[in-house]
Amino acid sequence: MSASKRPNFLFQNLASKIASIPMILTAVVIFVGCTLWTVAYSFTGSRLLPRWRWVGLDQYERLWETDRWMISINNLILYGILMMLFSLALGFLLAALLDQKIRGENVFRTIFLYPYALSFVVTGLTWQWLLNPDFGVQKLVRDLGWSRFEFAPLTNNDWAIYGVLLAGLWQGSGLVMVLMLAGLRGIDQDVWKAARVDGISTWKTYIFIVLPMMRPIFVTAVVLVATGIIKIFDLIVAQTDGGPGLSTEVPAKYVYDMMFSSQNLGQGFAASTTMLLVVLVIIIPWSFYEFGGRRDAK
Amino acid sequence: MQNDMIGPRGPKPRSIFRLSNLVVYGTITILALYYLAPLYVMVVTSLKSMSEVRIGNVFALPVNLTFDPWFKAWSSACTGLKCEGLMGGFLNSVIITVPSVIVSIAIASVNGYALANWPYRGANIFFTILIFGAFVPYQLMLYPIVIILRELGVFGDLAGLVIVHSIFGMPILTLIFRNYFSSLPAELFKAARIDGAGFWGIFFKVMLPMSLPILVVAIILQVTGIWNDFLFGIVYTRPESYPMTVQLNNIVNSTYGEKEYNVNMAATIITGLVPLTIYFISGKLFVRGIAAGAVKG
Repeated sequence: MSASKRPNFLFQNLASKIASIPMILTAVVIFVGCTLWTVAYSFTGSRLLPRWRWVGLDQYERLWETDRWMISINNLILYGILMMLFSLALGFLLAALLDQKIRGENVFRTIFLYPYALSFVVTGLTWQWLLNPDFGVQKLVRDLGWSRFEFAPLTNNDWAIYGVLLAGLWQGSGLVMVLMLAGLRGIDQDVWKAARVDGISTWKTYIFIVLPMMRPIFVTAVVLVATGIIKIFDLIVAQTDGGPGLSTEVPAKYVYDMMFSSQNLGQGFAASTTMLLVVLVIIIPWSFYEFGGRRDAK
Repeated sequence: MQNDMIGPRGPKPRSIFRLSNLVVYGTITILALYYLAPLYVMVVTSLKSMSEVRIGNVFALPVNLTFDPWFKAWSSACTGLKCEGLMGGFLNSVIITVPSVIVSIAIASVNGYALANWPYRGANIFFTILIFGAFVPYQLMLYPIVIILRELGVFGDLAGLVIVHSIFGMPILTLIFRNYFSSLPAELFKAARIDGAGFWGIFFKVMLPMSLPILVVAIILQVTGIWNDFLFGIVYTRPESYPMTVQLNNIVNSTYGEKEYNVNMAATIITGLVPLTIYFISGKLFVRGIAAGAVKG
């Protein structure tokens, strides 16, 4: 901040403080207060209503003994790893292709990004239809002559999560592309000239020179995609509703169901606190990376 | 040399038919199909009758073009026992989105202005909490907010949902407004100060008239974000005021009666139409909104 040190009176910049009341309330009451409240009540035996009856770690023990939660975690890990890898790879590939001074760049960029404007509900329902075994892609290919062709991930316990992945990638990879394209455009053209003079092929330049230079962009993309993965909820509700069986259940849905339909608040609180821990594991190293070197970066 | 001044600039354009170009255009076209296919299939399905949907394949163009699925989706598709279509959900979404966008942007623009031009001790601490709060899973705050809204007497009401959207839109909006106001020349602010203008005077007479570009970005972000919201819509409203996304999900995933895929797809397109329109009209600004949210500094 450029402001030099001034005496600190309570009334200094009073209008500014009054105008900031909504922000201060949101930060303190909602983001800190409500989060701590949920963490605290995850140690209680609350069911239909929150009750301050201390049960220690009971909720957490029960949580980790529940099949549905374990399956949810496994699903999220599988989906998360694949979503991360594929959306970074696809996003970078799209950006690199768009960066080839191609004709119709705007048209292609518009095509790759439009799904990002759509909601997860619309995304989920669209892909539910495309992957419908009786009418969708499977039937199309069978009608073409391959009568034993099988492509119906949403009706198969082992494959359903990949069906969700197809939809998630379709919706979210455009965002990564935009970030990567901004990164590519920010790279000094002299780097390219130098690589060409040295006779390094285009794809090698991308992988060994340009990619390492884009590390900050990758970090941003990883954080954005990761927080999106942990929050995944609407897409699942719309596309599979957790099924078939429990094969596409995810933690956020477990929390929602415990809180608002199973009347098991304590479980919901414990599950959401666990989600917070996962987020902290991502956010804390990132914030050191991003702001560690500079003081007062914000 | 002189030729360079009048002729076309830049390197000589490469021929389209080089092998490397074929690879580039080939790959990008195939990838484009992955992104376009779902939209195409949605539109085509929504224009067929159910009997045609059953016999044909999803990519086939409609033989007998019909708009009935669209009318049905709009006014008489069923969610369970009620058959009122998406119309009500559309109105609810409009009623939710308009005030939420206005209130959230009003609050956040003042926040950003206060942070950028009138810093006070501790301001950055609150701002940092706000930014980190954006990463906390909503699930942690869902229930306590239910209690707060109930205490305030606005649970299930429009006012409650406006508050919720203002809260969760605040981190990103405050960030982009703060960055924007910080980037304006400081002389402007100082000159207005010397002329005796105060906090609100400078905001309304100097800053706001200059913030049109960032206001548009903020509006794009909020309209699409709030229109597409599902979680808050389902937690903080009553069934009669469900937004469009929730109603769409109820219509399509209703287990009641025979599935009408053509009506479902029409309903899905109708729900996506508002954000899509904004996306296609706003073009580069939409990208700017995403970039503003993603690249922090």
